[in-house]
Amino acid sequence: MGGNTAINLGVFGVFVLITLFIVYRAGSRNATASDYYAAGSSFTGPQNGIALSGDFLSAASFLGISGSIAVNGYDGFLYSIGWVVSWLLGLMIISERLRNTGRFTLGDVLAFRMRQRPVRAAAANVTLVISLFYMIAQMAGAGALMALLLDVHSKVGQSIIIAVVGIVMVLYVLVGGMKGTTWVQIIKAVLLIMCVTLMTVFLLGKFGFSLSAILETASRNTPLGPEVLEPGARYGSTPTSRLDFLSLALALVLGTASLPHVLMRFYTVPNAREARRSVVWATWMMATFYLCTLVIGFGALALVGSEAISSAPGGENSAAPLLAYEIGGAVLLGVVSAVAFATILAVVAGLTLTASASFAHDVYANVIKRGQADPRSEVKVARLTAVVVGLLAIAGGIAANGQNVAFLVALAFALAASANLSTIIYTMFWKRFNTPGTLWAVYGGLGSCIVLLAFSPAVSGSKSSIFPDVDFALFPLSNPGLVSIPFSFLCGYLGTILSKETSDPVKQAEMEVRSLTGIGSGLK
Amino acid sequence: MTKAILPPTDSRPARGGRGFATFDDPVSSLMVDESGAPDFVALQASPDFRELRRRITIFVVPATCAFLLWYLGYVAMSAYAPDFMGTPVYGVLNIGLMFGLLQFVTTITLTLVYARYARRKLDPQVDAVRSLTAEDQA
Repeated sequence: MGGNTAINLGVFGVFVLITLFIVYRAGSRNATASDYYAAGSSFTGPQNGIALSGDFLSAASFLGISGSIAVNGYDGFLYSIGWVVSWLLGLMIISERLRNTGRFTLGDVLAFRMRQRPVRAAAANVTLVISLFYMIAQMAGAGALMALLLDVHSKVGQSIIIAVVGIVMVLYVLVGGMKGTTWVQIIKAVLLIMCVTLMTVFLLGKFGFSLSAILETASRNTPLGPEVLEPGARYGSTPTSRLDFLSLALALVLGTASLPHVLMRFYTVPNAREARRSVVWATWMMATFYLCTLVIGFGALALVGSEAISSAPGGENSAAPLLAYEIGGAVLLGVVSAVAFATILAVVAGLTLTASASFAHDVYANVIKRGQADPRSEVKVARLTAVVVGLLAIAGGIAANGQNVAFLVALAFALAASANLSTIIYTMFWKRFNTPGTLWAVYGGLGSCIVLLAFSPAVSGSKSSIFPDVDFALFPLSNPGLVSIPFSFLCGYLGTILSKETSDPVKQAEMEVRSLTGIGSGLK
Repeated sequence: MTKAILPPTDSRPARGGRGFATFDDPVSSLMVDESGAPDFVALQASPDFRELRRRITIFVVPATCAFLLWYLGYVAMSAYAPDFMGTPVYGVLNIGLMFGLLQFVTTITLTLVYARYARRKLDPQVDAVRSLTAEDQA
């Protein structure tokens, strides 16, 4: 790509060293479970809001969305809107209630008024499945990114890089716990936002601060012509693809605020009001970021052109790096590469922490030890889990390297929206909801999502599938959300009314009062 | 978690799990059981809590329905009415792009409006409910 590998590696190395040092400083007092899982709930709303956006903005968002806008124009932009709008759900329904009700994990909330062991096991299963899918996608993405940015083309070289990413991420989690990981997110989010804002201001300046000028130049540089500014380039060709897009949009808007690593962030602030503030901050960050990617995407089209982007190694993902090289030379390319890489690193660290917390707190402490675990041994188990999860993610990332992994990320959203959202909504708003209903909703959503995906075009039967040569795609949509999300709500409803078990009205009263006011949670 | 032990002068006949507050109770009465733990069933039935729930519902339910409809409607229109969305409005800017940018505007606006509403109408009511317990004392 004409970049300078030494500069890229250098900038990235400096980032890793600085963050490791900060993590080491932040994590030196990491003694209790609350410190490890929730940073002792010591972050302020704004800090946590920036970290939230950091958790959420993966490299897929940065490189993927700007690239998608550069190649598909309007349809790429459409994609990004869902991620901004979705925070409203987190703001108005989830964040404050979650903070008041739980302590460390999603299992705390789902099992609050239910039978502890089966519900916690279910919550942990979902968390582990979603986190692993998401992580493998990110790790495999790290391999692809390296091919693009550092000219590492051999499989062995990419595998080594994936392993390095895995080891650094486990180090962050082991040394820093939630506090260290949160600081990594904050640093990375600030770098990322600064990077895209500067690029955007520069681009706007180049075109006389006129968005129309960028759009006009962009539409001359693509085979789509002016149609690049209209809907339909990517999702408009057939009835199935339109439905598929609706399905994706639904999963995006409902899935964000149900992702386990996003949910867990709400526990790092001291009370519900700070949780609310953190979502307000995150929304500002997300809106800024995606407005900038709009300019960057069309700017890449205007300055680099769709032909050069599509033919570069890495395809659409290379739009932002190519643009950086175009406007800032090797140094800016190095910075953008390092930021993209830092992004992957921070996101996988957050996921590792969430997965390890869920296993240690829900499975070990509450299912195996029946709530009698010694907090110190719980943290020990969490750290051990982080290592195991890290190894699994490295192995999975190496195995999935070079595969089409975009669907894994979309799947994580669909899974979160199907398995988590229905249960969270029911347990907060429906008095009769009971343990069988919870289990039906969780496993119904999880199961239907995975089964539909296995029989979808994402897995078999089309050029971009994992198995392009066989065709068992019985389900036409590559995103299962449109079916699996309502299905999970239906399962929760049926499971509740068909069982003879009644819900506990005293526990329900406690949960409702506590979730809205914080009474009984010990939070101020 | 700190639970205040009530001074003896304040103790009234302990309410059972299902007791309701009557309006002629002294204002300082606390909805707590003998050990000072909050009586959640009584709290849930208290007028202050009902008012809190009402204030949340009248904002959150319409707002959530509205933003979901607006967003899904926008996506559906982009998928099924691309010609309409491609209608130029101003220069190269068409209806679809304009609606897309408007999604950002409405999201930010709704976020700020909710934050303001919560600060003015919800937080004081939360404090009112909390003052029925010994939660914020000691």
